[in-house]
Amino acid sequence: MTTHLDALEARSVYILREAFARLEPLGMLWSIGKDSNALLWLARKAFFGHVPFPLIQLDTEMELPEVYAFRDRLVADWDLTLKVELCPPEEAMDQTLPPATRSAARKTEGLRALLARDGYRGIIAGIRRDEQSTRAKERVFSPRRLDGSWDFRDQPPEFWDQYKTEVPDGTHVRIHPLLHWTEIDIWHYTKREGIPVVPLYFARNGKRYRSLGEKNITFPIDSDAATIDEIIRELEVTRTPERAGRAMDHEAEDSFERLRTSGYM
Amino acid sequence: MTSYSQTGPGQQLQIVVVGHVDHGKSTLIGRLLYDTDSLPDGKYEEVKAVSEKRGMPMEWSFVLDAFQAERDQAITIDTTQIWFRTPARPYVIIDAPGHREFLKNMISGAALAEAALLVVDAEEGVREQSRRHAYLLHLLGLRQVAVVVNKMDRVGYAAERFHEVKQEIAAYLDSIGLSPTAIVPISARHGDNLARPSYKMSWYDGPTVLTALDGFHPIAAPSDLPLRIPVQDVYKFDDRRIIAGRVESGQISVDDQIVFSPSNRIATVKSLEAWGAPQPPIRARAGQPVGITLDEQVFVERGDIISHVSSAPVLSNVFRATLFWLGHAPLAVGSRYRLKLATDEAWVTVEAIEHTIDTQTLADEAADYVDRNGVAEVILRATDMLSLDAYRANPATGRCVLIDGYETVAGGTVSLEGYPDQRRQKGPKSENLTAVEHLLTADGRGRRNGHRGAVVWFTGLSGAGKSTLAMQVEQRLFALGMQVYVLDGDNVRRGLNRDLGFAPEDRVENIRRVGEAAALFADAGVIVITAFISPYRGDRDKAREAAAEDGFHEVYIKADLETCEQRDPKGLYRKARAGEIKEFTGISAPYEPPETAELVVDTMTHDVEASVDLIVDYIRDRLVIRNRPTAVATGR
Repeated sequence: MTTHLDALEARSVYILREAFARLEPLGMLWSIGKDSNALLWLARKAFFGHVPFPLIQLDTEMELPEVYAFRDRLVADWDLTLKVELCPPEEAMDQTLPPATRSAARKTEGLRALLARDGYRGIIAGIRRDEQSTRAKERVFSPRRLDGSWDFRDQPPEFWDQYKTEVPDGTHVRIHPLLHWTEIDIWHYTKREGIPVVPLYFARNGKRYRSLGEKNITFPIDSDAATIDEIIRELEVTRTPERAGRAMDHEAEDSFERLRTSGYM
Repeated sequence: MTSYSQTGPGQQLQIVVVGHVDHGKSTLIGRLLYDTDSLPDGKYEEVKAVSEKRGMPMEWSFVLDAFQAERDQAITIDTTQIWFRTPARPYVIIDAPGHREFLKNMISGAALAEAALLVVDAEEGVREQSRRHAYLLHLLGLRQVAVVVNKMDRVGYAAERFHEVKQEIAAYLDSIGLSPTAIVPISARHGDNLARPSYKMSWYDGPTVLTALDGFHPIAAPSDLPLRIPVQDVYKFDDRRIIAGRVESGQISVDDQIVFSPSNRIATVKSLEAWGAPQPPIRARAGQPVGITLDEQVFVERGDIISHVSSAPVLSNVFRATLFWLGHAPLAVGSRYRLKLATDEAWVTVEAIEHTIDTQTLADEAADYVDRNGVAEVILRATDMLSLDAYRANPATGRCVLIDGYETVAGGTVSLEGYPDQRRQKGPKSENLTAVEHLLTADGRGRRNGHRGAVVWFTGLSGAGKSTLAMQVEQRLFALGMQVYVLDGDNVRRGLNRDLGFAPEDRVENIRRVGEAAALFADAGVIVITAFISPYRGDRDKAREAAAEDGFHEVYIKADLETCEQRDPKGLYRKARAGEIKEFTGISAPYEPPETAELVVDTMTHDVEASVDLIVDYIRDRLVIRNRPTAVATGR
């Protein structure tokens, strides 16, 4: 009997293998959050214990210390190839963006610099449709323009698991193997598979992080959920959006759309 | 907007909402989320504020239409997905744009769904995209459809109007073989008949939208069909050589004997690999990813299809496809595209456009090209052998997309009706064959006869004149003192080929034997004329290969179907039209005209005598050995 999680996993594995077969060079963005850890786990399933492409961390040096500690431990334990890409400073960002959005845009610019330098054709990212309404409109294989931006007005057709893998030189494709997962799916899967997560997700003194981002623009929520089971129970009844604690989503009606159009994950 | 997605593990169902632009798809979904209490805190207020900013009353569609451009123009550009649940189960709702311009986005959404809600405006009734969307659902293989007749508030909740629209849409759906599970009158804006029955339409006693949704069934991966695993990749990360893919249908077990198509290589499954599993699996079934190791190292590559030996896919380099065309430039005969079928890729040429299908009237129309968003039946020919199935037999290996440059321009389903399986033993079955040197040469025989031996291969539709011309040409050549003989259905089917019928595979074997027999006659110095329809180009090419180099002359006896059908010398067309003869060339089986025949004889413009002259002149020019002034004794 195939379960819901098995079906989600099978789809992600298929997508990862298609990306690896058709796009080279290929890299996977690793934010060290719960989603990208699940994604990393799925990659090891897809490639029978191996991760045949580098992991890339877009580093603003603003992550919480627990995140860096977790990263270094996993890289050592799992023998991962990690490339840390230092993002340009906030002063270099588009100053018309609201402050938190501007701060988040540093990752877009870091990614742009990495693509220009290393010429990746495929970038795997762990975004999900249920996180945010512009992400809900994404394709699994999402082609980007020369400057890395997203042409959401004219996305390619995508059906029957036939993905966009032909793109002009100098452009790249974003691959989204977790697009069809939801937040609660990720937690059920993390529990079933025993995937390690940063301890910041678990409540301490009545607070926990539901979504991990840089410390200057991400805030913990009120919660007593100290285990995965308690997190799942919390999510089953909550009416608060996952990214409520991410300042850049809410500064203006279109702040996240502007971020994503210009190339943010 | 997020985790009102209370989807724990369970039998989740994916539904798509389709219909004509402005008939209220996004509004229906927005309101459905509100009525089932699925909106997150603050969403209602946010959408209300955004609506007011744009001078609109509460605009439910803004829940889904996230892009600024979508909100400013009040139009859905791209497909989106949203999660919600009823007491029965969790759902993923896929919103699909209704505007004609965004049909590719509608298809991207609908192809993921297990069931569909078709929204029709009560005031406007069935419109262009209502029909087109329904037709595409049918092409995409979706069989569970419920209809909602929306905006009943605009027609005063009148039962008469509902029944008119209901009849109109039911008639169309019926004509494409879809029968709706429910047809529900609603007002999405006011929530009538969505989550609960509406007192304003007490004349209606059918299901609400939610009840209709809960009546759909999840679609399971087809474990009961024959095994198909398109190979995604072959990994050598460590000492294992793992063939990776996903079981699209059927089941595979350790120790199974499997065949790779189109290479026809056979091997046995040594193990199924899985990372992190407590024990290695011994079986995998439809829907599951697999890693396979083999007992021996046969050559395998991405694109191959794994099956069991007794139920392998069809091999063919030509097939018929029902395509929906998404390209900006029209599809035209002779164009070349990159085909993707499962994980295989190949170059294909559009050999013919059989007809386009008007999705409004369902009429077939002859056409030289297919415009964007059009539907057509076409013949595609690949440069390489493809392994595939008819869509009816196995959807996953029976559908394809076409790529033009960087653009995905079409999707289509495969039909193999009238096309034979080309999987055959390559090479002779017996291995102990040694060529014996003949002491006589073709030149010697030619000098004795005054002409070379050769195969003159007639091809053309039934009624084109092949047999008539063959007999008269034979008579004329014989009178000229030449060694000549006609092979036709009469003398071949009675003896050599009496074990063969008219199924595509038998037709192929029939022509193969005729080709081989003709080559032997030619080698014996005879001019042999064959008079068979021989409809498949590939078969004629094989006959050419069987003959000696330069010893094969293809003669296209040309007359169009209409002319042949009027002549109908044996009354066969009449029977075929009446359905008494199955797989009749030109009617229910394809004819592939030659591309590079040595001679074309148009019997619509030439009478029998002129046609015979043409062929006899051709043969004399090519095959007669001119009497050289023998023994011109130079020294005398």
